[in-house]
Amino acid sequence: MAQVHLRDVVKKYGPLEVVHSINLDIADGEFVVLVGPSGCGKSTTLRMVAGLEGISGGEVHIGNRVVNDLPPRERNISMVFQNYALYPHMTVRENLGFSLKIAKQSQADIDKAVDVAAEILSLTPLLDRKPGALSGGQRQRVAMGRAIVRHPEVFLFDEPLSNLDAKLRTQMRVEIKKLHQKLKSTIIYVTHDQVEAMTLADRIVIMRDGHIEQVGTPLDVFENPVNTFVGTFIGSPPMNLLDGVVKGFELEFAGGTRLPVPPGYATQDGQAVTFGVRADNIMPVGHALPRGEHMAEVEMAVDLTEPLGTETLLFATLAGTEVQAKMLNPRPVQSGERMTFQIMLDKCHLFDAETGATLRT
Amino acid sequence: MNRLKLPPWLVLLLPAIIILSAVVLIPLVLSLYSSFTSYRLTRPDSIFNWVGFFNYEKALTDVKFWAAFGRTVLLLTVALNLEMLLGLGLALMVSKVTQGQRLLRTMMMFPMMFSPILVGFQFKFIFNDNVGLVNNALQSLGLTDRAIPWLVDGHLAMFSIIFAEIWTATSVFGILILAGLYAIPRDPLEAAKVDGCTAWQSFRYVTLPFLMPFIYIAMAIRSLDVARAYDIVQIMTNGGPARRTELLWTLIGRTGYVDARMGYANAMGYISIFLAIFFTIYFFKKLTQSRKELGMGA
Repeated sequence: MAQVHLRDVVKKYGPLEVVHSINLDIADGEFVVLVGPSGCGKSTTLRMVAGLEGISGGEVHIGNRVVNDLPPRERNISMVFQNYALYPHMTVRENLGFSLKIAKQSQADIDKAVDVAAEILSLTPLLDRKPGALSGGQRQRVAMGRAIVRHPEVFLFDEPLSNLDAKLRTQMRVEIKKLHQKLKSTIIYVTHDQVEAMTLADRIVIMRDGHIEQVGTPLDVFENPVNTFVGTFIGSPPMNLLDGVVKGFELEFAGGTRLPVPPGYATQDGQAVTFGVRADNIMPVGHALPRGEHMAEVEMAVDLTEPLGTETLLFATLAGTEVQAKMLNPRPVQSGERMTFQIMLDKCHLFDAETGATLRT
Repeated sequence: MNRLKLPPWLVLLLPAIIILSAVVLIPLVLSLYSSFTSYRLTRPDSIFNWVGFFNYEKALTDVKFWAAFGRTVLLLTVALNLEMLLGLGLALMVSKVTQGQRLLRTMMMFPMMFSPILVGFQFKFIFNDNVGLVNNALQSLGLTDRAIPWLVDGHLAMFSIIFAEIWTATSVFGILILAGLYAIPRDPLEAAKVDGCTAWQSFRYVTLPFLMPFIYIAMAIRSLDVARAYDIVQIMTNGGPARRTELLWTLIGRTGYVDARMGYANAMGYISIFLAIFFTIYFFKKLTQSRKELGMGA
């Protein structure tokens, strides 16, 4: 096991810079998820750690070594690819044992390691099949098994669940988490799915356009997003954002709607701000939001509902912007029905309207 | 009036049946029949002289026939393997080229664009012992001071023919293997890198299995080509010296058209066809097997 450090790591393709001098420290045994929209540089970063992409600038350390100029095979890493990347002409057993065979281990050792890995991932009955005869989930398990037989210092996962259907994805997510608990290894995991990031990570790294926007525990990035991008990217449904202007101790939105400034934010009179509130913190009166210290009430007409069983998502318009609210213990709601909503101001966010950066003090 | 009425399906198929009969069926039956006669082109009535299996027995006990047969198999084995290795090397190198690859691919096709007859003449000139390029070059470089009889010495003549054959056809392998290289998914190669493979191991354990179907397709095509080799040999050595480069089809051609013993030539031809069929079936079996290995097709 090992720590991984990225120091001012840059990736350029010709004149085009796609990863801009990023710094990241990953502790031994930590599960770090790189998350961001397509093209944010997260996979490129992972591939630089793996050695599949050259590093244009800066240093990558694995353990105590600078690995910039080492080929993948000397970095003691293993990687799980999005398309499984199994060797189609080898059986599951051969796929699992391939890296050990290359490392010239004895057949007895290979068999033992393969059996252990197969046991962990319940692949034992499939050992003599070829990848072509396996389902997507089974193939992904083989790919994971191939990664674990070698006891590498670092595991790299490149969107491993993207090709699976929703149900299988949930199931595999749990398996990956269990695997991490069992192996206690350092894992760097790339995904564009914020649910995967939230559920798996010890720490989340949110990336955009080749920059790291925020690094933190799942709850930290959820509760204290540093900017509007993180606020809308993490959490489902995305955070509602409303543009407004500070008027004394209140915020004024289009159409004259006013709300108090949430506590804990530094504002100046007349400042243009973006107000952020998650659907979880805006609920119809009487539907589960406890009355707290900092509450505000607004009246909105409901345009649309999405019943999800335990809760219903309500789409309404506030100050000319569509917002999503949540209704716990739902009752049927008519389209166009006017309801009074409570907003839990302690949980709301204020961002600078221009830069999008948080105004939290 | 009782006109003969043919069923419509037969009427519709009739043009195809007539053409196929004229072009394929009748020559096939005729040649097969004539192989059981003592048919000589100079005595047309001899086509009715039924001799049973005499021609076949004669061919199978004829040393000249078996020598030509063996030489053809030798040419096939040596040329095909060398072409495969060279084509593989060529394809691997071209696939690494980043600029001007399109031009290189086109240039690779050049040898295939010439008629084998011309290639034959070209190499007859190149290997000529007096005015040929090879001897000229060797002498100018001071490597030898005598005229090496490339096309006259038995072993050297076979070598020269194989050389010409390889020059024309290596690109067939090159192009097909290059197509195979383009078709290899990138992920397993990257997985191999991470799994600890050196460049050679990646090639040996991942690239090569992916290429095998393409190699066998090229082998199947080329084995048919080489098994019927005639033109280059005919031009370069005419089967000589003293039949040392005589292949099946130069022998058959000589027997049929020079000696005019068409019945005997046809019998040898039918035996030779089995050689081609054997190699084709063999390589197709290998092809199916290698595709199955990769989990492609059933």
